[in-house]
Amino acid sequence: MSQPLTDLTMLELAAALAAGKVSSVEATRASLARIAQVDPKVRAFLRVDEEGALRAAEASDARRRASGPASPLEGVPLGLKDIFLTEGLETTCGSRILQGFVPPYDATVVRLLREAGLPLLGKLNMDEFAMGSSNESSAYFPTHNPWDLSRTPGGSSGGSAAAVAAREVFGALGTDTGGSIRQPAAHTNTVGLKPTYGRVSRFGVIAFASSLDQVGPMTRTVADAAALLQVIARHDPRDSTSAPLETPDYLADLEGGVHGLKLGVPREYFTDGMDPEVEASVRAALKEYERLGATLVDVSLPHTSHALATYYLLAPAEASSNLARYDGVRYGLRARDVRGLQELYGQTRGQGFGAEVKRRIMLGTYALSAGYYDAYYLRAQKVRTLIREDFTRAFQQVDAILSPTSPVPAFRLGEKVDDPLSMYLTDILTLPCNLAGLPGLSVPCGFTKAGLPVGLQVLGRPFDEAGVLRIGRAFEREHDFFRRTPPCP
Amino acid sequence: MPLSDFQPVIGLEVHAQLLTHSKIFCGCSTAFGAEPNHHTCPVCLGLPGVLPVLNQRVVEFAVRTGLALECTVKGTSVWSRKNYFYPDLPKGYQITQYDQPICEWGRLVIDTPAGEKVVRVRRIHMEEDAGKSVHDATASAGQSLVDLNRAGVPLLEIVSEPDLRDSDEAVEYLKSLRDVLMYLGVNDGNLEEGSFRCDANVSVMPKGSTVYGQRCELKNLNSFRFLKQAIEYEVARQVDVLESGGKVLQETRLWDVNKGVTRSMRSKEEAHDYRYFPEPDLPPLHVADALIEETRGALPELPRAKRQRFMSQYGLPAYDAKLLTAERPLADFFEACAPHAPDAKKLSNWFLGELSRLLKEEGTTVSSVRFTPTQLGELLGAVEQGTVSINAAKDVLGEMFRTGAAPANIIASKGLAQVSDVGAVEAVVDEVLAKSASEVEKYRAGKKNLYGFFVGQVMKAMKGKGNPTLVNELLKKKLGD
Ligand SMILES: [Zn+2]
Repeated sequence: MSQPLTDLTMLELAAALAAGKVSSVEATRASLARIAQVDPKVRAFLRVDEEGALRAAEASDARRRASGPASPLEGVPLGLKDIFLTEGLETTCGSRILQGFVPPYDATVVRLLREAGLPLLGKLNMDEFAMGSSNESSAYFPTHNPWDLSRTPGGSSGGSAAAVAAREVFGALGTDTGGSIRQPAAHTNTVGLKPTYGRVSRFGVIAFASSLDQVGPMTRTVADAAALLQVIARHDPRDSTSAPLETPDYLADLEGGVHGLKLGVPREYFTDGMDPEVEASVRAALKEYERLGATLVDVSLPHTSHALATYYLLAPAEASSNLARYDGVRYGLRARDVRGLQELYGQTRGQGFGAEVKRRIMLGTYALSAGYYDAYYLRAQKVRTLIREDFTRAFQQVDAILSPTSPVPAFRLGEKVDDPLSMYLTDILTLPCNLAGLPGLSVPCGFTKAGLPVGLQVLGRPFDEAGVLRIGRAFEREHDFFRRTPPCP
Repeated sequence: MPLSDFQPVIGLEVHAQLLTHSKIFCGCSTAFGAEPNHHTCPVCLGLPGVLPVLNQRVVEFAVRTGLALECTVKGTSVWSRKNYFYPDLPKGYQITQYDQPICEWGRLVIDTPAGEKVVRVRRIHMEEDAGKSVHDATASAGQSLVDLNRAGVPLLEIVSEPDLRDSDEAVEYLKSLRDVLMYLGVNDGNLEEGSFRCDANVSVMPKGSTVYGQRCELKNLNSFRFLKQAIEYEVARQVDVLESGGKVLQETRLWDVNKGVTRSMRSKEEAHDYRYFPEPDLPPLHVADALIEETRGALPELPRAKRQRFMSQYGLPAYDAKLLTAERPLADFFEACAPHAPDAKKLSNWFLGELSRLLKEEGTTVSSVRFTPTQLGELLGAVEQGTVSINAAKDVLGEMFRTGAAPANIIASKGLAQVSDVGAVEAVVDEVLAKSASEVEKYRAGKKNLYGFFVGQVMKAMKGKGNPTLVNELLKKKLGD
């Protein structure tokens, strides 16, 4: 093979494995070598599980010989955001408070990946408890963007995006609460899909904001995202919010194109603060869709401007409750030399949580407090309904909605650390999708002059992941940005 | 104003553990008394990433209870999180129902000295129990231990309106509610083990007023006696406070069993802000009309209705009916025996007397008696026909209770049968009177207290087996009375 093994897409590798040209052990070793080579600079991994990955790869090769592949992605090595519980492998969620926590069980999606025969290379860096947009709130170290090591890969699934972009893994799983899959995908020239709320099980995924969190694939191509979604999209009786639906064949109509589709362009998503180069790339992509036979429709999502405030009340409110269990009593960090219960709680949580997590716990606690609940939490729930209705109305006119994923390209490490509000604003175009529970995809759509990737966001109707992927794929077929490898290292 | 010029106002909040086999949001066993933390899993330990899945039996039990208490069962109810930190609360929040409970506005009729009284039930909701913190000798100094076996055991919280007016009414309500829950098979009614718990909201107001006073919540009332004592103490305390010109403060007070007083546990200012909000991990609960109707159709006869029927159908006094229907198995057994017994009241006497004594003595319940309703009927028939004396019948019952042998066999093998044959008894009477000619003479001359002597002689001659009624009848006839 002329190109390095690690440059293959998941489906290309799957084909090579099926053809017997390469083994899973070889592919896994190639990934491990690439990780050893580049990760000291990219710092995408919190933990590499070389032994576990090779053991799984050997089992995969043996299974293929003995009884055939367990799934179309049999043997393709993958990385996991450190938010997924992995039995026997430390899971920290990017936090000090869970340092040393070794889960006794696998998340449902992890189990599905294992059953499908995908070796798991290890755990990827993330913003602490998925709270952040730059990976800088990781308690361990920030991840660097492979396209420019002085910049962040975005967040909170920044480690996953960086590892995929840097060819350290063939694909990864992330989670998206307000854009945490799509925004880093946009910043790293990779594909990220946030499925419809309820499409993928949340069981065993460390909760940030339960009504918004969703698991999704992070890959180099749309087709890979479809193939990986195929493995993890499954009704799970252990998640009461999991939709009891059949899983469609996401690859069946992937090449169906966009001819005759109506694609909405929300005027509220092209705002003043947008980077001109980002806007230019996205406008060019819209033109491309017209050329491919789609009709662009100007739509309005009038409550968009309230999404940020709504999100920053609801997500912290849920988080303040979800994170109450980290109390030093049963697992994870326990502060030493404390006297009495209050001190145990105060010291453990004071030492265990970082600044951004504390900020959101306080925001959420406040929003739920007696006397403030109606003004904040309840009001935010009502606005959430209005935002959802915006989309319902828009989808009566159009088949999908297109916009930039992020209004700006990847920013510099440290640039926004002391300015949380400007950091929050980078998620302004991805948050409404979570509030409405819709599927959203980010597809590479070009680069700035400085060589920074730009992402195009495709939002679809509830449970229409197939449609969203088809639309993303139509663009990808014309512009194989995904073939570009990052310059470093 | 003296105490008697104040009107106590009392409402009860009851927590009843449901008799499901598994916990409310995971598959762990609810069995009592296992090794600490034995019945736990990632879900009820509150590990990262876990999610609750509702045990449908809990909903069925809640619907059953709601219907029995004549509540409106809501088609849609909502789960909420109640947030507070405590080591025995693994998630840092309790999943409960808050502003939209499954049942609302029911009632329970109780008996008071003044007659029937309707106590309104404001709401019934489902929730998970917390674990237990252990601060006793098993923990080393400066340590507390946590046992999470109970964490996630399903509870019903049943909240009454403040319709109760004294400690006796409160006790009667609590007993009646307990009877209902036990009849429904949803709760074991065990106050000591804490599977049936009660808090009381108590206030006082001047008699004739319609404005309630400031209430205090009383906790740690784990027996009917403590409930009564705590309410009485608290009412007197509040009256004292008011009489001395003070104000009753809103607070939670703990019943101190040893000192017999209530003492402040936390004031209003120290009260938790539980930050309730809808539980995002569970969709709103929908209860199908079909389930409600099916449950309604399958409701058992409740204690009060059964008691009234026992009075009308069997002609039993209220006292008997109440005791017989106090527990469903006893009532059921009574009804199984009744068709075989010659007389319902006499059957009741046996149930409340000898049978109850035996059950208590053996420390067992009616479900484990070895004899059949038919056999008990036979024994009572034998007493009725004079085949066996009442005293002998008690021995027979004891034997039946222990061995399950047929009464006829026991009577025969122990030689307990009475002689009720007129000819046989008359022969003995004649013989005794003939031997005691001088006593007969004195008796006829007026020395009536010799009668007992004749009875004694006859019984002695018959080795105590003469039918006493018949002996008396014949003696009197022969002595010319
Ligand atoms: Zn459990």
